[in-house]
Amino acid sequence: MTTPMTMFEKVWAAHEVVPETADTPAVIFVDLHLTHEVTSPQAFSVLRERGLRLRRPDLTLATMDHATPTRTEQVFGGAPITIDSAAKQIRQLEKNCADFGVELLGMQHRDRGIVHIIGPELGVTQPGKTIVCGDSHTSTHGAFGALAFGIGTTEVGHVMATQCLLQNKARTFGVEVEGLLQPGVTPKDLILAIIGKVGVSGGTGHVFEYRGAAVRAMSMEQRMTVCNMSIEAGARAGMIAPDDTTYAYLEGRARVPKGAAWQEALQRWRQLPTDAGAVFDRSVTIDAAALEPMITYGTNPGMVVPISSRIPDHRGDPVFDAAMRYMGLNPGEPIQDAPINVVFVGSCTNGRISDLRAAAAVLRGHKVAPGVHMLVVPGSQDVKRAAEAEGLDVVFREAGADWRESGCSMCLGMNGDTVAKGQYSVSTSNRNFEGRQGVGARTLLASPETAAASAIRGRVTDPRELMNG
Amino acid sequence: MQPIKTIRSTTVVMPSTNIDTDQIIPGRFLTTTTKEGLGEQLFADWRYDASGAIRPDFILNQPAAKGCRILVAGRNVGCGSSREHAPWALLDYGFLAVVSTEIADIFRNNSLKNGLLPVIVDEATHAWLLANPGAEVTIDLESTTLTLPDGRSVRFPIASFPRYCLLNGVDELGFLLAKDPAIRAYEARHAQ
Ligand code: SF4
Repeated sequence: MTTPMTMFEKVWAAHEVVPETADTPAVIFVDLHLTHEVTSPQAFSVLRERGLRLRRPDLTLATMDHATPTRTEQVFGGAPITIDSAAKQIRQLEKNCADFGVELLGMQHRDRGIVHIIGPELGVTQPGKTIVCGDSHTSTHGAFGALAFGIGTTEVGHVMATQCLLQNKARTFGVEVEGLLQPGVTPKDLILAIIGKVGVSGGTGHVFEYRGAAVRAMSMEQRMTVCNMSIEAGARAGMIAPDDTTYAYLEGRARVPKGAAWQEALQRWRQLPTDAGAVFDRSVTIDAAALEPMITYGTNPGMVVPISSRIPDHRGDPVFDAAMRYMGLNPGEPIQDAPINVVFVGSCTNGRISDLRAAAAVLRGHKVAPGVHMLVVPGSQDVKRAAEAEGLDVVFREAGADWRESGCSMCLGMNGDTVAKGQYSVSTSNRNFEGRQGVGARTLLASPETAAASAIRGRVTDPRELMNG
Repeated sequence: MQPIKTIRSTTVVMPSTNIDTDQIIPGRFLTTTTKEGLGEQLFADWRYDASGAIRPDFILNQPAAKGCRILVAGRNVGCGSSREHAPWALLDYGFLAVVSTEIADIFRNNSLKNGLLPVIVDEATHAWLLANPGAEVTIDLESTTLTLPDGRSVRFPIASFPRYCLLNGVDELGFLLAKDPAIRAYEARHAQ
């Protein structure tokens, strides 16, 4: 009898080129390397300096998302990109991809989008793969049972040159989600609650595996939202075992195997889930049924409360005090009804079609409150087309929201889509760090439903108040 | 990369916990295509006000911070974004080591790869360092120890491979490139 293994251990074992020793980390093979304009230029420079080729262009896919404009005239109309350094970075990626033979889904490509949205869309994200990208939210792809994690630019260079990484094996962390989410409570609320419970460094050194009834009941898009934010609890990666939901999502996508190869892949993928009796180094249990919509009040994603409750009072804790000062909020106040200025729906956390549908469903027939700017940015051009085919763009526009081309946009404000100093933003993205959405911007993280409801009222609003049934 | 053996310096103390990489180097500075010059923007939103003027109350703007090579930070420093611009900015500014009780995974990795030494110490040592900003501390990579001014010494953990690389100024890419035969064998086994 073989020892029962976790899914992480199986994927790890299958990718060891050279095992770990007491003195050296393991050499791990990378099946898919995704890359973008911001964290790749210095890595390409290293290849040039050392006269190296990019080893496996066939396993490398580039896009541009972080610094790209979202205004149609700048993406398609030849209007200049506002930020010079961003324009330069974009041109640099085009040149680097051309020089090194990397496939680039460039500015006007129909498949362009946020790197973590397009991998699954195209079907290059698959169960059992090792997937890396110079971006911490690479954990998103773990929703398919892939081992996917963010790396720094030096490591981007390592993968370019050798298709491998030096890695020490992480520890495993089982996140058991019991029960089912109530109506109006979303996977975003679940992952915010998990981060609140585990803490922003609780997962350090670990790979999460999300398990249990609530996880099994989720669509792939919902599972991606959960895995996406694993890094916000400090975990390197988050994984969910593949199942029929996974296979149904992948079947027929542009870059998945076809015919006999598909059958063969299915057989392999079915071996991936954690064996009965396998032991996680750590674990935590969450009751999904007990959750309500969650919203952050502070300056890291772990500073989160149920929307109906009050901001806690931890006065005397310097982190808490600093967060209150920065956010201009007071301990003990209800978070609900806090006035807001900006609503952002988008990002690799909640920029998929189901997220836009959820926001539109709340917004339909309503107007964005006077004085509130609502920005809706699809996660990819494919999401944008799908939304327009369903008329979601009309719902957003008629409500008074801005509808844009895809990209990271206001998630990190690199492209000039920012929240002004002191303003409050309800955002479906993943980080409420100081200045993340613009200098002095105050970010409250929430689900697309909560964001849309808050846009209508102009203050933090429980979406269940606006939902039918 | 320059070999690192010993770092002796006074400390700069930033006691906040969860100092994320968005604070270390805000996103709007990431449109650069080189590693150089980022020290200018290190902790930009804490160092400068909206008009770009220096905030005199911020620790790095105080005379005692001049020339300090060791940053002592609160727990879980470097969390958030994987941007390697964070260690690049710290190094470009002049820091050579970051000391805390807990250092986020990706930042720690990125630091090691650039010769910024991540030093994890126990609670008591950390508390002492936080309470004594500007203390002269010695970090020795050979013996993996951090020594306080009174001579008290504590060990810090570091895996033997990055330690070897830092001590010898060896870069990891060279090591990986030398694994080419094993990589080729792996590729051959997995070729469809
Ligand atoms: S949407 Fe935000 S979190 Fe996601 S990849 Fe872009 S910048 Fe990073």
